[in-house]
Amino acid sequence: MTPLVFVITLALISVLAGVLGSLVGLGGGVVVVPVLTLVYHIDIRLAIGASIVSVIATSSGAAAVYVRDRMTNLRAGMFLEMATTVGAISGAYLTTALPARVLFIVFAVVLGYSAFATFRKRHSAALLTTSDDRLANYFRLHGSYYDPAERREIPYKVAGTKVGLALMYVAGLVSALLGVGSGALKVPAMDLAMHLPMKVSTATSNFMIGVTAAASAGVYFARGQIDPLIAAPVAAGVLAGSMVGSRVLGRVTSTTIRLVFVVVLAVICVEMLQRGATG
Amino acid sequence: MARPPDDPGPESPGPDDPGPETPGAESPGRDTPVPHATDPVTISTVDEARVRRVELAISLVLRVGVTVSVLVISVGLGLMFAHHGEYTSWTGNFSYHRLTAPATPFPHTFSQLGTSLSRGEGQGLVVLGLLLLIATPVLRVAVSVVSFVYERDPAMTLVTLFVLTLLVGSFFLGGGSG
Repeated sequence: MTPLVFVITLALISVLAGVLGSLVGLGGGVVVVPVLTLVYHIDIRLAIGASIVSVIATSSGAAAVYVRDRMTNLRAGMFLEMATTVGAISGAYLTTALPARVLFIVFAVVLGYSAFATFRKRHSAALLTTSDDRLANYFRLHGSYYDPAERREIPYKVAGTKVGLALMYVAGLVSALLGVGSGALKVPAMDLAMHLPMKVSTATSNFMIGVTAAASAGVYFARGQIDPLIAAPVAAGVLAGSMVGSRVLGRVTSTTIRLVFVVVLAVICVEMLQRGATG
Repeated sequence: MARPPDDPGPESPGPDDPGPETPGAESPGRDTPVPHATDPVTISTVDEARVRRVELAISLVLRVGVTVSVLVISVGLGLMFAHHGEYTSWTGNFSYHRLTAPATPFPHTFSQLGTSLSRGEGQGLVVLGLLLLIATPVLRVAVSVVSFVYERDPAMTLVTLFVLTLLVGSFFLGGGSG
């Protein structure tokens, strides 16, 4: 395969990664890492560098649309970014101190449980109309969004901010330790613990993952993991895909998004188990 | 700043209105509380208009950051191929693995990037574009700090300032160690 064919095929696959990543709030890394390592036989370190770039590209590309369309809960996103950023930075210093194999398996179990809990909630996704959460009230994290699929404004209240903050810290920590997208924990944290609507959870996760990834991107750049020939087609393709995905989210139902998310989470869970088993 | 004469309430922006100074918040037709023609969101109060303007500012920062970086990356990629005729064939023996192996040299410090750019190399331009892309979320947080000052929300201003400090700090710690 010549470099030209490589760049073109990788850019096309990245478009799909961008569509999927922006819909479920996980970023493009879910698709990009396995494709680069298994299809193109690229070193995992360089694949992770490209994945970080793809996460930032999906996040910024999709968030531009979601914020404009008021799908993102800006205040909740920024409030929770405190915890993810601290987590991401502490993770960068712990990288060598913990055995990665054990972490992959622990993470896989957590994701498996999240997938199950997210799936179970598919019929009972009622939103809160009141909240006595003091942090949520003080920072005014409650919100409302217009759902084009249901053609109405949907108000919601936020609860469980302390659990949410703790989970977000873990999400940042894990993404820095394992180089995997932190959205896989962010979406369940917002959906299950904090009672945000599913679409708002994926849109807000999308908004946040760029900041989490940017917190560790400097380290990846300095370590020489961001190869321009790999990262360029990934960034361009994923951006194009995120523009498409972010225009689709509003139109499909929350249950569809939930089910797509559960499937993607299950796939990542298997991937993590495999990486834990094979080292 | 043309304001509607019937602008009500104590939140009515006075002469100290920081609005015009908010970087990125100004885009044509969006500097009045009246919703823009293409803006689908209905706005009823001055407070909501203020929040809405912040949302549009953040969205604009993200769009500009993404557009500029993708343009720089594309030009750089084009230059890489233009400078190396052997890359551009559809078939041939020149494998992409020669450019994507772990030992392939490419800029990964700011001084290497400067050297590469001064030589007019395409890959230097691609790396510059990627760094602009990485900087976009950081810039977005910076604009959010200013935005919450504008919304007169000290609690959220401190929250975003905290995140910005960590982000900038981590970037220099990481970038400095290489």
